[in-house]
Amino acid sequence: MSEQPGTATADVIVLGAGMAGLVAATRLAEAGLRVVTVAKGYGSLRLAPATIDILGYGPEPVDSPAQALAGFAAAHPEHPYALISQVMLADSVQWLKEHVGTYAYVGDPSTNMLLPTAIGVPRPSAVVPETMAGGDVRRLGPVLIAGFGVLKDFHAALAAENLQAAAYALEARPVLLDAPVGGQADVGALALARRFEDAAFRGAVAAELRAAVRGEEAIGLPAVLGVDQARSVWTELQQAVGRPVFEIPTAVPTSVPGMRLDRELAGRLRRAGGRLVLGAEATGPELRNGRLAGVRIRSAPRVTTRACRWVVLATGGLASGGIEVDVSGAVSERALGLPVHAPGPGETRFGPSYFGDHPMETAGLRVDGSLRPVGPDGEPVYPNVYAAGAVIGGARPWREKSGDGISLSTGYLAAEAILKEAG
Amino acid sequence: MTAEREFDLIRDSLDHCVKCTICESACPVAAVTPLFPGPKYVGPQAERFRGAGESVDASLDYCSSCGMCTLACPQDVHVAEINSRARAVMKQQHGIPLRDQLIARPPLQGKLGTPVAPLANLVLSNRLARLVAEKALGIHRDAPVPKFAGRTFRSWARRQPAPATTGTRRVAYFHGCSTNYFEPGLGRMTVAVLAHNGCRVVLPRQECCGLPLQSNGIFDAARSYVRRLAAGLAPYARQGYPIVATSTSCGLMLKREATEILGVEDDDLRAVSGQTYDICEFLAELHQAGELRTDFRPVPLTVTYHAPCQQQGHNIGKPALDLLALVPGLKVIELDRACCGIAGTYGLKREKYDIAMQVGSGLFGDIRAAQPDLAVCDSETCRWQITHGTGRTSVHPVEVLYRAYGLG
Repeated sequence: MSEQPGTATADVIVLGAGMAGLVAATRLAEAGLRVVTVAKGYGSLRLAPATIDILGYGPEPVDSPAQALAGFAAAHPEHPYALISQVMLADSVQWLKEHVGTYAYVGDPSTNMLLPTAIGVPRPSAVVPETMAGGDVRRLGPVLIAGFGVLKDFHAALAAENLQAAAYALEARPVLLDAPVGGQADVGALALARRFEDAAFRGAVAAELRAAVRGEEAIGLPAVLGVDQARSVWTELQQAVGRPVFEIPTAVPTSVPGMRLDRELAGRLRRAGGRLVLGAEATGPELRNGRLAGVRIRSAPRVTTRACRWVVLATGGLASGGIEVDVSGAVSERALGLPVHAPGPGETRFGPSYFGDHPMETAGLRVDGSLRPVGPDGEPVYPNVYAAGAVIGGARPWREKSGDGISLSTGYLAAEAILKEAG
Repeated sequence: MTAEREFDLIRDSLDHCVKCTICESACPVAAVTPLFPGPKYVGPQAERFRGAGESVDASLDYCSSCGMCTLACPQDVHVAEINSRARAVMKQQHGIPLRDQLIARPPLQGKLGTPVAPLANLVLSNRLARLVAEKALGIHRDAPVPKFAGRTFRSWARRQPAPATTGTRRVAYFHGCSTNYFEPGLGRMTVAVLAHNGCRVVLPRQECCGLPLQSNGIFDAARSYVRRLAAGLAPYARQGYPIVATSTSCGLMLKREATEILGVEDDDLRAVSGQTYDICEFLAELHQAGELRTDFRPVPLTVTYHAPCQQQGHNIGKPALDLLALVPGLKVIELDRACCGIAGTYGLKREKYDIAMQVGSGLFGDIRAAQPDLAVCDSETCRWQITHGTGRTSVHPVEVLYRAYGLG
C-alpha cells in the first residue's frame, strides 16, 4: 500500500538489499522517511540459512552472545560489535522478530542454540526460525532424519550418522522418502518447497513419515517445508504426523528459508512505502559543499543522479562485491569510492595456512560511533553517509558466526543515527 | 547474423555466474512447470556446452523472456539475454512455425485489420473462428487478443492542430504499434498529458521495433525492423529530444535489448538508446526537477499497480508509483508479482497458454482480492492478460494522470 507522497527526492538512498540494507530501509520508511533502496540484484539473504547468528565463537564457543559481547568488543576494538551495545543488539533482534510476521523467529541473544547443519554438525545461532528450533542438539532426543530421493542436496544418512557419532542426538537414524513428484528424478530444494504448499503432496509425505517414525522420535527434514506458507505447512505436518518436526537448512543455494526472510523483509519495506530499484548500480557520489547531495546511479542505458539527504551504504564486503580487489591488489569500495582499510599492494594479504588468519579477511570500511565511514584521519568522509553490514571491516564473520548479527544490528543502528538527525 | 566479436560482453557475462541460483528463485515459469528447468540451468550452465553444432535443448523454448533472472542476478550475468539468443539459434535450426511468423508482426496485423476492423473484431471474438485458429495455427482459443480500433493513432494525430502549449521542451513520442492500431486513446492521452506539462510533442515516422520478432527467435527480421526504427528516431535523438515510449517493452528494446540480445551495433541506435525514456520515468524525472505540474484533481478510486516484467527490466524501480501518489484521493495498492504470464506473445501459444495463466494466477488473485476500480499496468499485452484473467478494466498509468489533470 502506497501511503507516502510522491518521492520527488528521496530522504534516504539505501545501497544494497541484503539484511543490513533491508533492515535500515524498512526502519526508516516506517518512520515516515522517503526511502529508495538501490541494488544490483537480490541481496544475499537468499543464499543464507536465515538463522540470526550473533556470536558463535570468540574464538572459544560462546554460550551467551549477550554476555560475551562486551568482552569480545574489548578484545577486538576494530570489530563492528565494538560499536553495538547489548541494548542495541537486543532492540534490533526484537525489531526483526516483530517484522517477520508470518514466519516467526524464536530465541534471543542471551543463549546460543546449536542447530544441525545439512551434514549433522552443530552450528551456534541465537535467533532462529521456529521451524528450525526443534533441532537444537542441546535438547535432542531420538531423531529420525528424513531425506528425499529426488533431493540430491541433502543426505539424510550422512546427517544422521554424524549426529549419532558425536552423540549430539540420543539416537539418530535416516529414512529416504518417495515423495510423489510425478516421475521427476531430480527436484531442487525450491521446487520441493513449492510442492509442499499443495495439501495433497503434504498429505502423502505425512503418511510416509507416520509409517517411518518410531516411539518418541522427533523428525528432522531439509528446509523445504513451503515458501510463502511455511508456518502453516510446518504446523500442519506436525499435527498430521503427531511428532515434533524441525527443518535443517540445506547446504546448496538457493536457500528456501533465506527466500522466506527476504520476501518478508522486502514486503515490509514495500508496505511502508519504501521503493526498491533492482538491476541498478551506484557509480559514485554527487557532491555539494563537501556533503553528499545525491548518488549517481546507472540504469541501462544511462547514469542519472538521484538526490537525497542521507545514504546508507550496505553493499556487502569482498564476497558480495561491495569491496573489490583489482589485479594489482588495490582494494576499493565500489559504490561511493570510500577509503577502505585493507592491506595495500605489497603488504601481506594472505597467511600461509588456508584455515589460518589472513589480513585480507577484515578488509572493509572503518566507521565512527554512528557508523559514518571515516578516512585515515579518523574523521567522517561525509557527514551524511552511514555504513551497515559486511562493508564495514574488522570482522571475521565466517569464523565468529557473527554475520547476521552484525548486519542486523548495524542496519538498525544506521537507521537510528539518521532518525536522530531527521528529528 | 552479426559478425562474431572477440569480446561479447553479454555471453561472456556467464563467467560471472557463481551458481548461487538466485535467478531460479526469481523465475516465474520454472515455479509453475517442470517443462522449463530454470534460468541458471538453461542459461549460464548450458550455454557453456553450446557450440556450432545442433541445438539439442528444447526446454529453452519454454523460457518466456520475462527477464526476472537478469533482474535478480547480483553478479550482472545476462541470463535472459543469453537464453533469448540460444533460443533464436534453436528456432532457426528447427524451423519457425507460421504462427510465430504471424504473431511477431503487429504492423502486418494492424494494416490488415484496421480497414476492416468491425469484421476483424467479429472474427477474433468468434468461438468457431478461434477454434479454427487454434487447430490451424496453434494460437490458443482463449488467449487474450486486442480489438482493432479502426482508426489509427497516427491518422487521428495528422488531423490535430499543434496542441497549444507555452512550453519549449520538445519531446518525440514513440507510440509503437499497439497504440497506433489497438489503443489510440492512450496515444491521445499521452500527447495531452505531455502538452499539459509544457512539452511540444512530435511524432517521428515509426514502425515496429521488432520486439515480437526477437522474442520469437526471428532475429534477422527483428534487426532490420529496429534499425529502420532507430534511423527514423535518430535525427530527433541527435537534436536532444527525449524519446518517450508508452509501450514499456518496446522502449526497453530501444534502450538495451536490441544491443544486448540482437547484437545490433549501430550509431543511430546508440543515439536513440541514450535518449529513450519510459513515459513514467520521464514524468518522474520532470517531477524530481520540480517541473511536473501537480494540479491534480481528486480521483476517488482504488487502483492496483502491477509493474510488468518488461518495465522492471528498465532498472528504474517503479516511477508510476511516485506519480500515482501525487493524485489526491487515489488509493494505490502496489502488487508484488514478477509477471502476468503473457510475456508478449508467449501466452498466446496453444502449448504455453496454461503455463502463462498459471504464472499470472498469483497476480490475478491479488487483483481480485483488492477489488480495484482499475488495474493499472504499463504494458499493453499485460493489460489484456490482466483483463482476461480478472475481468477488471486495466489501464496505463498515463490514463489515471490524464483523468486527474482533468484533461478528458
